[in-house]
Amino acid sequence: MKTSIRFRLNGRPTTLDTDDARTLLWVLRGDLALTGTKYGCGEGVCGACTVMIGSEAVRSCQTAVKEIQGKDVTTIEGLAAGGAPHPLQEAFIDQGGFQCGYCTSGMLMNAAALLHKRPHPSRAEIVEGMEGNLCRCGAHQRILAAIEQASRAGARS
Amino acid sequence: MSAAAGIDRRRFVELLGGGVVVLVSLRPSELLAQNRDRVYPEDVNAYLRIDPDGKVTVFSGKIEMGQGVMTSQAQMAAEELGVALASVTMVLGDTDQCPWDRGTFGSLTTRMFGPALRAAAAQARAVLVGMAARKLGVPKGKLVVEDGVVSVAGDRSRRVTYGELARGQRISRLIGEKAVLRKVSEFKLMGRSPKRLDGREKVTGQARYAADIRVPGMLHARILRPPAHEAVAAKIDLSAARTLPGVTVVERDDLVAVLHEDREAAARALEAVHAEWKKPDDPRDPENIFDHVVKTSPPPQEQLNRGDLAGARAAAARVFETTYRKGYVAHAPMEPHAALAQVKDGKATVWASTQTPFPTRDRVAEALELDAKNVRVITPYVGGGFGGKSADRQAVEAARLAQITGRPVQVSWTRAEEFFYDTFDPASVVQIVSAIDRDGKITLWDYTVYAAGSRSADLFYDVPNARIRSSGRTVYGKAGAGKSVHPFAVGPWRAPGANMNVFARESQIDVMAAAARADPLEFRLRNTSDARMRKVLQAAADAFGWKRAPGPSGQGRAVACSADAGSDVALMAQVKVDRASGKVKVSRIVVAQDMGTVVNPDGAKMQMEGSVTMGLGYTFAEELRFRGGEILDRNFDSYELPRFSWVPSIETVLVKNDDLAPQGGGEPAIVATGAVMANAVFDAVGARLYRLPMTPDRVKQAIAEGKGAVQRSA
Repeated sequence: MKTSIRFRLNGRPTTLDTDDARTLLWVLRGDLALTGTKYGCGEGVCGACTVMIGSEAVRSCQTAVKEIQGKDVTTIEGLAAGGAPHPLQEAFIDQGGFQCGYCTSGMLMNAAALLHKRPHPSRAEIVEGMEGNLCRCGAHQRILAAIEQASRAGARS
Repeated sequence: MSAAAGIDRRRFVELLGGGVVVLVSLRPSELLAQNRDRVYPEDVNAYLRIDPDGKVTVFSGKIEMGQGVMTSQAQMAAEELGVALASVTMVLGDTDQCPWDRGTFGSLTTRMFGPALRAAAAQARAVLVGMAARKLGVPKGKLVVEDGVVSVAGDRSRRVTYGELARGQRISRLIGEKAVLRKVSEFKLMGRSPKRLDGREKVTGQARYAADIRVPGMLHARILRPPAHEAVAAKIDLSAARTLPGVTVVERDDLVAVLHEDREAAARALEAVHAEWKKPDDPRDPENIFDHVVKTSPPPQEQLNRGDLAGARAAAARVFETTYRKGYVAHAPMEPHAALAQVKDGKATVWASTQTPFPTRDRVAEALELDAKNVRVITPYVGGGFGGKSADRQAVEAARLAQITGRPVQVSWTRAEEFFYDTFDPASVVQIVSAIDRDGKITLWDYTVYAAGSRSADLFYDVPNARIRSSGRTVYGKAGAGKSVHPFAVGPWRAPGANMNVFARESQIDVMAAAARADPLEFRLRNTSDARMRKVLQAAADAFGWKRAPGPSGQGRAVACSADAGSDVALMAQVKVDRASGKVKVSRIVVAQDMGTVVNPDGAKMQMEGSVTMGLGYTFAEELRFRGGEILDRNFDSYELPRFSWVPSIETVLVKNDDLAPQGGGEPAIVATGAVMANAVFDAVGARLYRLPMTPDRVKQAIAEGKGAVQRSA
């Protein structure tokens, strides 16, 4: 159904007149030209497409745009609030928490939501919170270290 | 200029623009004494440009897929040129701008292209110092270079920058002499670990991959796929798809596609296509494939034959006959294959996720019936390759559709397409007959590998009587079901074949060590005089805190080692096996690696950690499910990749060897992962697994069957 969807995208009021059954991932990557959010599996089982709605991490490939009506949507492009890098972004660079970079946006958004909920998680809590995000390059150990670094730096999304 | 053959001349003039361009053309043998068999560009191997503002642009046919070569190549160039790392920009994998390259695979970037790149940068420095000498009126020998500034030794006020030297110039120099490279002791940038140059873009979502490229008017294509390899379409009905608004339908030979400006609309259009297929009856499955592979593989070719095999067998104290197996494994990069193609005025531009931009250019040219010089392949960041993006079907598909429709076309595969058209690591079989004498010395090694090739099958153990035979790896039968070795395409997968060969060899070594009641580390040291390997083993043992005991010791710890891509590597691991569930929990891995001179230690460690982490997949879970040509794994719900909870503490040790040129780093550590884990499971519970992956069910079964240390010949 064609609907006018009003929401905040990375802090900016945004309106989309479109079929509200469309998938957030493809609207972000297509209509809104925000290609930092990646397609990996299309079934919500890899985490590459993770964005935040409010402070919750969601799989944008499993989210219809009608679900963002009136909501705050943050994508990787909006993670650095006000131009200053998010502590997670600094930590991923410091620790080398990426290789090919394709899963990285989803890792960061998932971790940002995790730290919002639990600013100082234990290693086990981080592992559990990140378990649904896949990385094929094997940067896991460094991603965990990066999230711990950001946690120490007092990261909050 | 004329020497820059292989580069589009028009592009090359643009490339020159202004400033100083230094091209290096060396004979392959001068660069690559140890790798003469490899195809290598014979015209211009490497070049770089110094702009009037002092910026340096380095052109390389290699691509960045996570392995960090954007950074390591910049380090090498900056080191030899004498400039700050920040002044270097890398242009990678653009066929109109970069020197020809066969592809990014085989841990070859640093080993093979590195010397050419360093030579080009060193020669550029020599050219610039020569220019400075004339400008400053002092002999070259009196000049020193630092951060792109040439000054007179002892009088730094007399100076000229590279940028000033390049100003108003339009110079290109072609140099055919081998440059004098900096010594390790002189390194300022190599041997250090600067932050990766691709980091900022990758953590901000700005890094662009092939599917992120946008061109006005572009269409998203979805292509009709068969339900199984070798299936033939009996009937295709496109009438419903044709009625959908905004949908373009293409039906050309074997290519049936629907296109739309919106990707989801293209997907809906594909659902509206009705097709009936005839599937060949192909009984091959993950269980019967091994016998089939052995039966249908070409006859094994001898790689090594020394001593007296029959005599050794007759004289042996113990003989061991074992067969090892491993199923098909997917590359499963997080980025599925993607490409965007634009065909205009007889010229094609293709942005592709590819490990082989130049071969991709040639294949696109062939498909479009264009001259290769009218095809440009641009490689953005690649979201993981591992060998799978040496296959570039998607680039050809996008190019054909762009030519047919006259619109820019993006083809980006779904995960199911990625699984279907993957070129899998082949199912393979290794048969070994080996023997020891009463002193626990290996006296016989008779090794036959089917379908994996012989990479890393080399023997660094001192066995007097040995034979190694291997049967080719990439046999893909177009002839139809039952006639080919594999039911679908197979191809190179991170250290092709080596994972299988090292699993088999290092398992067999452990089998013999246990039979000899010897500690597995001590048994290896007893049987090899290879000084480099011994040193790597010792380094791993020191870091691990190895406690000597014959296996199975109940500790759940193990060792495996190998030589691969010019590097020597030893792994030690600690596991816990849950006897009830068969689940293996890896708690610790130590990796010690001698990779010669290390360009970027932290980058090398990332590759070592990534290798063993990825290796946990083929070791414990990854095995493609299929029925004939039908691929049953279509997504990550059934095909499991290593996850955060699997990853143990990984400690890496770089064994110093600065006398050796830089060796490969992207693959060596993965090759011994399966072996060290099989040995650790044995050490923990006394059950040996001869097949990968070691799924919980198989571990449980091995424990139940009481498969012990020794399989004796009848």
